[in-house]
Amino acid sequence: MADDSTSNTPRDHGDKTIEFSGLVCPVPLQDYPNIILGHGGGGKLSADLVQHVFLPAFQNDHLAVLGDSAVFQLAGVQLAGQRLAMSTDSYVVRPLFFPGGSIGDLVVNGTVNDLAMSGATPLYLTAAFILEEGFPIAQLKRIADAMGAAARRAGVAIISGDTKVVERGHGDGCYINTAGVGIVPDGIDIAPNHTRPGDVVILSGTLGDHGMAIMSVREGLEFDAEIRSDSAPLADMVAGIIQVCPDVHTLRDPTRGGLSASLNEIAAASGCGIVIDETRLPIHPTVQSACEILGFDPLLVANEGKLVCMVPAESADAVLNAIRSDKHGSGAAIIGRVVADHPGVVVAKTAIGASRVVVAPIGEQLPRIC
Amino acid sequence: MKHLTEYRDGETAKRLAGEIARQVTRPWAIMEVCGGQTHSIIRNGIDQILPDQIEMIHGPGCPVCVTPLEVIDKALAIAARPDVIFCSFGDMLRVPGSEGDLFKVKAAGGDVRVVYCPLDAVKIARENPDREVVLLAIGFETTAPANAMAVKVAHDQHVDNFSALVSHVLVPPAIRAIMESPGNRVAGFLAAGHVCAVTGYSHYRPLCDQYQVPIVITGFEPLDVLDGIRRCIIQLESGTAELENAYPRVVTEQGNVAAQVLLEEVFETIDRNWRGIGAIAQSGWRLRDAYRSFDAEIKFDVSAIATRESTLCRAGDVLKGAIKPNQCEAFGKQCTPRTPLGATMVSGEGACAAYYNYGRLVPLEAPDVQAASAKVAEQA
Ligand code: SF4
Repeated sequence: MADDSTSNTPRDHGDKTIEFSGLVCPVPLQDYPNIILGHGGGGKLSADLVQHVFLPAFQNDHLAVLGDSAVFQLAGVQLAGQRLAMSTDSYVVRPLFFPGGSIGDLVVNGTVNDLAMSGATPLYLTAAFILEEGFPIAQLKRIADAMGAAARRAGVAIISGDTKVVERGHGDGCYINTAGVGIVPDGIDIAPNHTRPGDVVILSGTLGDHGMAIMSVREGLEFDAEIRSDSAPLADMVAGIIQVCPDVHTLRDPTRGGLSASLNEIAAASGCGIVIDETRLPIHPTVQSACEILGFDPLLVANEGKLVCMVPAESADAVLNAIRSDKHGSGAAIIGRVVADHPGVVVAKTAIGASRVVVAPIGEQLPRIC
Repeated sequence: MKHLTEYRDGETAKRLAGEIARQVTRPWAIMEVCGGQTHSIIRNGIDQILPDQIEMIHGPGCPVCVTPLEVIDKALAIAARPDVIFCSFGDMLRVPGSEGDLFKVKAAGGDVRVVYCPLDAVKIARENPDREVVLLAIGFETTAPANAMAVKVAHDQHVDNFSALVSHVLVPPAIRAIMESPGNRVAGFLAAGHVCAVTGYSHYRPLCDQYQVPIVITGFEPLDVLDGIRRCIIQLESGTAELENAYPRVVTEQGNVAAQVLLEEVFETIDRNWRGIGAIAQSGWRLRDAYRSFDAEIKFDVSAIATRESTLCRAGDVLKGAIKPNQCEAFGKQCTPRTPLGATMVSGEGACAAYYNYGRLVPLEAPDVQAASAKVAEQA
């Protein structure tokens, strides 16, 4: 692999301490008495709801892992060593149709990808629609057609569903929830806390395409070239990775909150530090300039067809090649490594040879004033 | 945007940093006035590749940070009204007022909208004739022309349900206030390139002469900032105090004349409060009489609002360069980007947020300038 300073030391960060400028946050996390938009942004505010509202109420081991999907065995049922994976997600995207896809592709690809991130082969999906009175059926048909096409592409079947209608003014046209199940092959065990110092960090392609595509149509902003969403199913790519590296430690698709949120979650779950090289991040030039104009950090912008993986150093080249040979992974790159230093903290090496901390977003990114 | 890579090249950065190191013979404190430059310094780690003797002091040039608390509180009061659509730039939404922020108002049912261009607010007003549309018009000379344009368009087209809550601030009076503040250590300034692109720069010359301080007009990319520092250091070491334009690809001496004419027509200069700093004479703009019917403060009569500022927050000392953000007692404890006590922790360009977000691995102590200068004196 190309990175020089990889060390294969076991997890020895326990006895190392690092000065965080006296960082502690004793303030209770309920900063807001009501839900604000940022609670849905995939950053720290979203995590607050999970930690303070859902986890204590639901309490179980599957949930506590906080993976993209839950992996489990059915009590008393033998699946020849295989386990099930299950995941759910809701989609409230606006606009419903955008360059590179629609809510229809998103709901299928999103749940397929959540399953794939645990190494599962996705099999079945459910779909529940919450429609607003007055929503055009022609649009619903377009969405359903897109879902069907995406399901066939991803090799899954949508086998159950539900429809509810809310009064005009009580919804945003069309919300969709999907749930999915898949099967995890025997011997595959992928989870954020399996990340180890020495692992290589690989990203499957350009950052921020989906988020900026949505921004550009939602806000009517025009850039040099059209920005297209990267919405895509990643199960085949994951199968390719597992084939060359059954020992892949961690997989994550950096959706809301972007790569920054994913890396921070992985660092926190594994107790490792992560160092990425900013100059190696693949970013489409139009996305880059759109981010510059709006004051957005591409590391925080959502993706819908990318994955980041942590793999043992000796498998890095094979995994990189496997990803690149997938049709959604041609832009893959090694972007960093996992270290024993600064446990739980993600650091970026900057273009001018200095470094900075990459923080998880709080809520949604806000376009800045100037 | 090919030029981005051009102004971020690592090798050139190292060469510039090397040249700065060769020039420096003693400690200097340089202030970058603009929040955009602070952001660039911390995000790229420019401070890490500078010689220890150079201390960068982060100035008051973040419009979000210096907008006075009473303006935020007025904004919150107006935005909470059911008859109002309140339009703001995104990063103002999380700035804490005495009670909460615009996000809270929005969650409680207020119609708060993020706009990217002030003219969009006028458009919204036209589309909603039965509502009052209010634009939060804050910022330095950079954002003022677009806000002035919005007011002028509303005036000329009789969009009478539009108004602006104006709280603009100006850079040169702030430089003056810093140079005259007791205990000032700033020996040179990086002036904000975008501001000068609008206003031109001849009016900075008297500041150089009066205070014998070099002022270098500087851009925002890492190489721009490094070059600004390099030029400032060369002047300081040679004892000159000139105005230099290190950003000629964007800034000309006369600036954007059309924008200046517009600003002159719509705004008049007044004394303004700066959050955390206090009143600075003739440091702000408000609407002229001809446009007063578009002044939201008058339209909604929000003059009687009582403000309550955090007693822990030392944002003023941060903005004046008296302390580094991480020397504030509350930094990273009671005050974090999710629980900001001061506006400097809110805006991504605020010095406290920049330190918190990007600087978590920097040592707690700011460089001890006195010890460093004693060491240099010893060696000399
Ligand atoms: S760290 Fe927070 S409390 Fe301290 S000066 Fe900065 S904004 Fe104010």
